Amino acid sequence: MKNHVLRPLWLAIGLVVVILTARHFMVPKDFGVHGDSFTYGFYRLSNLQEWKDFPVKYQGRERCAKCHEENSESISDSRHKNIQCENCHGPAADHPKIVKKLVVDTSRDLCLRCHALLEYPNSDRGMMKGVVSEKHKKKFDCSKCHNPHNPNLEDR
Amino acid sequence: MTCSRRQFLKNTVTTTLAAVLPATAVVFLTPQELRAAIENKKTRWVFLVDTNKCVGCGMCVKACKLENEIPYDAPVTRTWIERYVVTRDGEVHIDSPLGGRDGFINDKIQDEVINPEDITKAFFVPKLCNQCENPPCVQVCPVGATYQTDDGVVLIDRNWCIGCGYCIMACPYGVRFFHPVTKTADKCNFCYHRISKGLEPACVQACAFDARKLGNLKDPDDPVTQVITSERVAVLKDEYGTKPHVFYLGLDENVR
Repeated sequence: MKNHVLRPLWLAIGLVVVILTARHFMVPKDFGVHGDSFTYGFYRLSNLQEWKDFPVKYQGRERCAKCHEENSESISDSRHKNIQCENCHGPAADHPKIVKKLVVDTSRDLCLRCHALLEYPNSDRGMMKGVVSEKHKKKFDCSKCHNPHNPNLEDR
Repeated sequence: MTCSRRQFLKNTVTTTLAAVLPATAVVFLTPQELRAAIENKKTRWVFLVDTNKCVGCGMCVKACKLENEIPYDAPVTRTWIERYVVTRDGEVHIDSPLGGRDGFINDKIQDEVINPEDITKAFFVPKLCNQCENPPCVQVCPVGATYQTDDGVVLIDRNWCIGCGYCIMACPYGVRFFHPVTKTADKCNFCYHRISKGLEPACVQACAFDARKLGNLKDPDDPVTQVITSERVAVLKDEYGTKPHVFYLGLDENVR
């Protein structure tokens, strides 16, 4: 074959070899088809473990109750028993080791998430006890009068 | 070509036998058996949202953002709540301020106050990734950075994603977004790090009204599976053929 045909041919073959070599070193060993579907199962297998190792922040009320027995019991007898501790006290992942004291959200806006009056018919929200924030003791935190662990004023 | 009668009959018998024998050696499966043979997986995560119970407190959105390290004040979120208010004139007012992160604490919708007398129905609809059986977002990924796990959850490989945004365009539910810190695509993964440890997703744990629940569709005794199989549930945008696995109780026709 003539030289002017061979030279680009060798160049092309060389390029392919370079790309394949680079691919061999750059693509992780566990990258490929996993499971029974090529369309949905083409990925890097170790990523699955990476997601499983993602740190958990919200611990749940059972863990809180291990140390704060009194507080978890007081709320479990009230109408607020379904509310998780961490909804108001914040995620407790680093508590008590790194974060010594969790900051409690005592803002009006937190209570208003459920207790701002919205007159919606056929909705559970419409049936909740609500206030119009601008007209109801707007200078104070709700917790000044209402104990979040026992919100019924009559029971106090 | 010549062929004697004896030779012809001999050939016929051997050919017929040769054709029939392998056929009897093969086991014929019913479609159900075939399905079971292919899909002998133990887990298929599904989600059940009861829109009748949601009051729009937004604690799920807040918990999700903190749990999954989604920038708190950026206008992106893995789950969000939409408020629908239908008035007497047939108009539907929809809003979702900050994705419902701070709840719905006043009656203004897009700066418009609606007279409570005019409201015929109003409700809240939590939304999250549907973990489709046929996820279009996975099909379009040019680099294999997003995939479906054996238990049905669609995950994103943050080290492999190039941030091209095709998947964000492809999702019919608008669930995917561009994560401003990792610079990759991001979306709800049912809190995969929690459910693989036996915990509930952060939003499910934070919900005080039992409006959000996670279940395993392969477990017939799972309370969520029992609701999905025995009650009238709906999914979003069924017509797209994506086979979404977030089921809704009490879904209204106005919800898209």
